[in-house]
Amino acid sequence: MAREKMQILICGGTSCSDKQSEALADNLKLELEANALENDIKVVRSGCFGLCNLGPVVKIVPGDVMYVKVTPDDAREIVSEHIMKGNKVERLLYKDPSGKTKSAEKELSVYKKQLRIVLRNCGIIDPENIEEAIAHDAYEALGKVLTEMKPLEVIKIIKDSGLRGRGGGGFPTGLKWEIAYKNKSDEKFVVCNADEGDPGAFMDRSVLEGDPHAILEAMAICGYSIEAHKGLIYIRAEYPLAVARLKTAISQAREYGLLGKDIMGTGFDFDIDIRYGAGAFVCGEETALIHSMEGMRGEPTVKPPFPAESGFMGKPTNVNNVETFACISPIILKGASWFSATGTEKSKGTKVFALAGKINNVGLIEVPMGTTLREVIFEIGGGIRKGKKFKAAQTGGPSGGCLTEKHLDTPIDFDNLTAAGSMMGSGGLIVMDEDDCMVSVAKFFLEFTVEESCGKCSPCRIGNKRLHELLEHITKGKGTLADLDRLKNMSYVIKDTSLCGLGQSSPNPVLSTLENFRDEYEAHVTVKKCPAGKCKDLMEYFIIAANCVGCTACARVCPVGAITGERKEPHFINPSICIKCGACMEKCKFDAIIIQ
Amino acid sequence: METIKVTIDNKTVEVPKGTTINKAARKLGIDIPVLCWMELHDLNIENKPAGCRICVVEVQGRRNLAPSCVTKCEEGMVVKTHTTRVLNARRTVMEFILSDHPKDCLICAKSGNCELQAMAHQLGIREIPGQEIAAMSTYRKDTSPSIIRDLDKCIMCRRCEMMCNTVQTVGALSAVNRGFMAAVAPAFEQNLEHSTCTYCGQCVAVCPTGALTEVDHTPEVLRALADPAKTVIVQTAPAVRAALGELFGMEPGTLVTGKMVTALRALGFDYVFDTDFAADLTIMEEGTELLDRLTRHLNGDKTARLPILTSCCPGWVNFFEEYFPDLKDVPSTAKSPQQMFGAVAKTYFADKIGISRKDLVVVSIMPCLAKKYECQREEFSVDNNRDVDFSISTRELAAFIKQANIDLNNLEEGQFDSPLGESTGAGVIFGATGGVIEAAVRTAYEVYTGKKLSRLDFTELRGFEGVRSATIDFDGLPLNIGIAHGLGNARKLLNDVRSGKSQFHAIEVMACPGGCIGGGGQPLHHGDSEILKARAAAIYKEDKNKPLRKSHENPFIIKLYEEFLGKPNSEKAHHLLHTKYFDKKKKIIVKQ
Repeated sequence: MAREKMQILICGGTSCSDKQSEALADNLKLELEANALENDIKVVRSGCFGLCNLGPVVKIVPGDVMYVKVTPDDAREIVSEHIMKGNKVERLLYKDPSGKTKSAEKELSVYKKQLRIVLRNCGIIDPENIEEAIAHDAYEALGKVLTEMKPLEVIKIIKDSGLRGRGGGGFPTGLKWEIAYKNKSDEKFVVCNADEGDPGAFMDRSVLEGDPHAILEAMAICGYSIEAHKGLIYIRAEYPLAVARLKTAISQAREYGLLGKDIMGTGFDFDIDIRYGAGAFVCGEETALIHSMEGMRGEPTVKPPFPAESGFMGKPTNVNNVETFACISPIILKGASWFSATGTEKSKGTKVFALAGKINNVGLIEVPMGTTLREVIFEIGGGIRKGKKFKAAQTGGPSGGCLTEKHLDTPIDFDNLTAAGSMMGSGGLIVMDEDDCMVSVAKFFLEFTVEESCGKCSPCRIGNKRLHELLEHITKGKGTLADLDRLKNMSYVIKDTSLCGLGQSSPNPVLSTLENFRDEYEAHVTVKKCPAGKCKDLMEYFIIAANCVGCTACARVCPVGAITGERKEPHFINPSICIKCGACMEKCKFDAIIIQ
Repeated sequence: METIKVTIDNKTVEVPKGTTINKAARKLGIDIPVLCWMELHDLNIENKPAGCRICVVEVQGRRNLAPSCVTKCEEGMVVKTHTTRVLNARRTVMEFILSDHPKDCLICAKSGNCELQAMAHQLGIREIPGQEIAAMSTYRKDTSPSIIRDLDKCIMCRRCEMMCNTVQTVGALSAVNRGFMAAVAPAFEQNLEHSTCTYCGQCVAVCPTGALTEVDHTPEVLRALADPAKTVIVQTAPAVRAALGELFGMEPGTLVTGKMVTALRALGFDYVFDTDFAADLTIMEEGTELLDRLTRHLNGDKTARLPILTSCCPGWVNFFEEYFPDLKDVPSTAKSPQQMFGAVAKTYFADKIGISRKDLVVVSIMPCLAKKYECQREEFSVDNNRDVDFSISTRELAAFIKQANIDLNNLEEGQFDSPLGESTGAGVIFGATGGVIEAAVRTAYEVYTGKKLSRLDFTELRGFEGVRSATIDFDGLPLNIGIAHGLGNARKLLNDVRSGKSQFHAIEVMACPGGCIGGGGQPLHHGDSEILKARAAAIYKEDKNKPLRKSHENPFIIKLYEEFLGKPNSEKAHHLLHTKYFDKKKKIIVKQ
């Protein structure tokens, strides 16, 4: 009977879990039990579907019907209508920005241009069940490597695939492995960087939550290739769900003989431990990460020596990011040319982006390298929220740069992003619309890097603080044209002299906004106006006398008594009293209050 | 040795593989400025966090500027050290550093001796753009018995941290906080007093700014000198005379013993004595204790613990009380020369001149900051009156002399007063690593064997090697001697003692690299180990010039025993000249 194969997949990622997806799963099970269907239909808590602002998401197979924003109370209707009668629950189906209802997963515009290699099993398997993972080819690549291949053969495939590190730097992965292989030592380490410090990115977390075995397998393959027998996953302690799933996965893998001594009876030993980070951005930098794992202060040291020569405990260490590891098994199974067929000349494969900001479809997407920003934002992302105008997209996390309209048709890859003054970084993508002030945006990102600098080198420790102060000064209307030159000079010097990637990239938001939105900066420092109307100190609330009917609503709501005027007469805002809270504007029914 | 060729500022030089750009440039006479980097070459000490980014240079083909202090030369490398890009970066980085540094140079303890100040001058910084909107990182000031920490002036060069952790293995200082508020401090930003600090002062010795300085005790000394009711006497440690001249423009290694005596007399001290006298006394007590333990040990007495460890260095005493309290019965019980001097001065000498100990003020001039703490230890007071009232460092003395309008260069050579100013060469060499044990050997050999030594220079005990050992033939008995300077080296020997592996009969330990000549209270060496070598040479020169070079031949020591103490290790000597040690293992106190 077809019914036996029916599955209800519920997103078990962090975002959907926060929205009661667990209670929803429990209710669905209860409903199935009440209808004596529990043996026929399986309820699975899967990994992330990527539709994070539409969660909790439920997918029913076969048919791949997607329900969005499902609450625990909806369980009864899903079971009674969809499962028992075969009727779709219309009100829970996804509606695209034009208002059209889409039911099947493949109809969703958000999925149309996607190609899922890294996220291949997210939203498909139960991440806490190793057998499901194995059914989806987990550990097959490891078996192939251990039984059919020599370390250098594995490295060659990875090199040929053109895979580059997904953590931000884009260093060729195969080459990295080769260097680690060539450095002979009694002990070597494979480290998975799951620090994911970019606050806007969560693809690593999603992979670990949705498909942990993919990472364990890839680490073991790497261990075999570089002749290491110990793997360490450095993960921030603030990812409890990912940690729990990793722990489950590790113990299951050990139980099945896929980790530990004599893996699959081949004589190869490899085991994995978890190391916790305290959530410092700088610990994503590999030397800082290694020091943190060693129990030292999480701060970077000069390279060389590279970790491949002297890493964890002074031993050759290969550090790769979660997303990089997630590409390994498919490459081994399907071949280097399969992987390199996707992407651009120098950036192969796919990249996962975390879409955020003023975009309709907030969430996680995976697209081939070379997809344009326009496709990502307007097709996959569903365009700008509330029909506003696109202004900029920040890629590469807090220390990436802002791309503009003119970059919309540039194919996204490592080199094009760097050439445009930004970077791939971890794959965060924040979209800004016409209401965003670019000076404030730069200030916002700088605030993060100031906070996250480790303090070791002076340009990053002090320079970023000075940049932030100057931006603050400008947004208060106190800046001068000369300050813009100072911003530029400080930014260049910080990039040029900082010790690690953090300081070498932290001024990117300043430089790229200065470059692309210089007129906006100039407005702040010359006429002391914020064109986007975001900088409080530069705006004034003003009543258009012609529109004001003298209803007094604004005067009554003003918390500081800044508005005066007779009944039925035009009112007036005293700018020296006004605290720019905006309460009056919200209250006014006649559009008489504007910001100047 | 494999060599490579590099081109720096259009000049080519051949250097051994592994040479840094900075060192290669120096070979060409190109002095790339450095700030955080510091090296004491002969002592194997190097600080290279590459944190300040002042020494950046342009390397052809490299995306960003390279820190020349740690970037190694590669074959065919082309380096530019003063392009517009480099100069602008260097200046901007310096402006960053200065923008977060107090501008109170006029009244800073380090003024005129500050590496940051010198660098600002060298780079010609005349203003700091944006200072008016620049916030400063400020911290709580911390004053301990020896050291003042003013972290507002910390530039995160990490030299102190490297000294405290890597060299001394004390672990009192490490980086705390992140980003703009990062600084070097004890764990949980406790006061130094609540940390594992030994007050060795090596952090102060290497701090390029005024962030770490000594507690200045000269005002108290001045007050005592101005009090007509007090007799104020002074003792000067051996290492002081070998370094004081540097602060008056003299070449490192210039001995200023006589001029220093004249200066002290001019400052108003009633008697100018020498700690070297007490050093001779220490040898009598410690040497006797060594021979006693050795003889008992050879006779099969299981309670006689060997090796015996010297105990004249207060930083070292603090270290083993903190980290090896289980071994506190191993070191010699002899007090340090400073404290022996105080004990004898406040009893024997006070009696001799007929005043009470309360009217006698004992001041010591020391190359050391731990001495400040040592003289404040409770067990070294009688009825709340300290044996040594105040201890001031070589640097404080120099400032004191200058304030009194005395030009050391033009002074007559003075003589120490009698009786506590007479010493032998053995007392002098206490100032350099290996000196105490050499002095002890000179006496112990003759007492043990009853024979005259044919040679007095035990060069095998000298040098700058961190851990040294030698076997001295005591007339058929091979005496194994170990020497460690720097507490990290001492820790190695102590670990062997703890595990029972140590083969030594006696071990000398000095907390500071180089011994007292490299003490935390000495003129700053700014990373030039040649200075330390010159000071050590001066010490051995003074020894060589002394008519008497064995402690037990010091006639005033002989007289002291005859008139007052009886014999070495007598009951009276024990009471006055020996001490005991305490378990001071610290518990972390988070709340203060």
